[in-house]
Amino acid sequence: MTIPIEALKRKKEHFERGEDRRALEDPRAELLALEEQGELVVQKIDREAVTVGTKYGREKRIQKAHLWHHKSCGQCGHIPGYSTSIFWVMRKLGYDYHDPQDQTSCTAWNYYASATSNSAAQAAVAVRNFAAANESGYFPLIHCGTSYGHYKEVREELIRHPDLRAEVRGIMAKLGKPLVLPEEIVHYSEWFHALRDEIAARQVRDMSGIVATVHPACHYYKLVEGDAIYDPDIYGGQRTAVVTGLAQTLGAEVRSYSTWFDCCGFGFRHILVQRDFTRSFATLRKIEVMKEEADPDVVLTHDTGCVTTLDKSQFAAQAHDRNVGVAVMSEAQFAALAMGAHPYRVCQLHWHSADYRPLLEKMGIDWQQAWAEFQADLKRLESGEKRYLDWDDVDG
Amino acid sequence: MPETDAHHGAHYGAHYKAPGVAGYSDVPLAEKERLFEQVKGDIRFSDYLYGCYECGICVAVCPSARFYDFSPRRIAQAAAREDAELIYQQMQEDIWECSQCFSCLRCPRGNNPGGIITIMREVAVNNGLASAKEALGGYSRIIYKIMSTGTQVSPDMLQPDAFPDWGPETADVSVNLDLWRRALPPETMHTTNTGWQVADSTLIELYLIWLHTGVLDMISDVDPGLHAILRELMEERLEEEGIEP
Repeated sequence: MTIPIEALKRKKEHFERGEDRRALEDPRAELLALEEQGELVVQKIDREAVTVGTKYGREKRIQKAHLWHHKSCGQCGHIPGYSTSIFWVMRKLGYDYHDPQDQTSCTAWNYYASATSNSAAQAAVAVRNFAAANESGYFPLIHCGTSYGHYKEVREELIRHPDLRAEVRGIMAKLGKPLVLPEEIVHYSEWFHALRDEIAARQVRDMSGIVATVHPACHYYKLVEGDAIYDPDIYGGQRTAVVTGLAQTLGAEVRSYSTWFDCCGFGFRHILVQRDFTRSFATLRKIEVMKEEADPDVVLTHDTGCVTTLDKSQFAAQAHDRNVGVAVMSEAQFAALAMGAHPYRVCQLHWHSADYRPLLEKMGIDWQQAWAEFQADLKRLESGEKRYLDWDDVDG
Repeated sequence: MPETDAHHGAHYGAHYKAPGVAGYSDVPLAEKERLFEQVKGDIRFSDYLYGCYECGICVAVCPSARFYDFSPRRIAQAAAREDAELIYQQMQEDIWECSQCFSCLRCPRGNNPGGIITIMREVAVNNGLASAKEALGGYSRIIYKIMSTGTQVSPDMLQPDAFPDWGPETADVSVNLDLWRRALPPETMHTTNTGWQVADSTLIELYLIWLHTGVLDMISDVDPGLHAILRELMEERLEEEGIEP
């Protein structure tokens, strides 16, 4: 009996079409209403902001300065030039920020990989971080696409479910904190998109000869999709505008490819313990298709897992003579390079695997000289002249 | 063939593997229904399931469906039919293949098969199912890292024997790790065993969250050794701070 007749009959008898509980149209308004009822605290945008459009037309405001950087464990741990470039661009534009130690990972990578958590814990971790931002007075900016997507899920759950709110409020009370959510949940790529003209105004390297393909990150625009930035002038409003809008503003040619909607192959648990899947998907469905259809100089993306997967998966595929071999980086690193950032001191490209040197040469960067400069920096550390490099060193 | 397989033999047709062959034990129907009630009892379940048009869009966009015998459509259908037999089979055989990319949210009916799988995985872990033990075997180090340090992956994980397929650059990172970390301009990122410097007071708060939400005890069945280590670590740390767990 492969067809469960009894179960089907039972379902037919009892099926009632329930309330449509897909994504909320205006989570900000819902949060403010809950704040009015004393259910939670909303951290407000309190500085100059840029207004952008989202998928279904809701306007979203992106605060420009005084931001609390919610860092990404995968970026800081394995591709640190990603985080460093975000900070560097913000510093160059003259916007103040706070890089907190009072921050944990969102823990969502582990949750999506192993399920060793639950909705109350995930919400409590999110709210604890938001409460820390609120205490500092700086507005949160989320570096990781998965953190951003997951926090939007958490926000939806907290808005919909009073029992969950009560549970999380109780846990927060034990920590001496209120239940806080920010007025908007903002991904760093939204900040880069909103400020792309200011970034381009500080551009010192010509990117007009660079061909890029863009991998939009699943957890940015598929999870709670209504919050992602769309623009009718970019892809006719049919794909998210972030990354592409910035790359085009910087003068790069962004070429399309047929598998743009596919994920990168990260898989959360797969990248760590089942990488045959990750490598296969990243190369066969993404890199090779991009190479064949668009022949890019660089793949730009805006999430921790996507940069890692698309970059690291290419090495093993070379052994099978696959059509791979293209630089991969975040659009934050790309923007930093356009603004004159050092490829090693700031963008930390030596942590990447796919060969980025041909791209640097096309940008007019002498990577051999840059590497020699970085090696000289390291000698200063090894000799004990300095214990750490700092921001004053990177533009030296 | 085990007795239970014979008892339920009629179910192991074209798309069923006998549990004995698939590497897990069959259980009575009542137990499968109990597990499904836990899935259905999650507060998110009703947000994730609205019925299924059987259009297959979720399968067309699913990366795991391209590489495994896996279908998000079957997940949504089984949940909608409340087919406890099939859901049990999926909890043992299918759910760990999902990439959790949530491409399946493209569902025109508004289903979230990836979200249903997240819940099914939680139930599999909570109940110590064989699939959860297998999926988390080799994963202990990551759980230890996230629960004890508050960051998921760390620079010192980049060892060539752990990532031989990531190329020689991984070995370069490993050899130069301390020096390269000290060359990072943000002062929070000089760490090697965490992604950034997490404040002690922050870790204490995180431990309290794990303890108060029952997350720590979730792993007591699937990995008792790791559970004991983490419990001791957290309780000792809280005791040092004079905090009653």
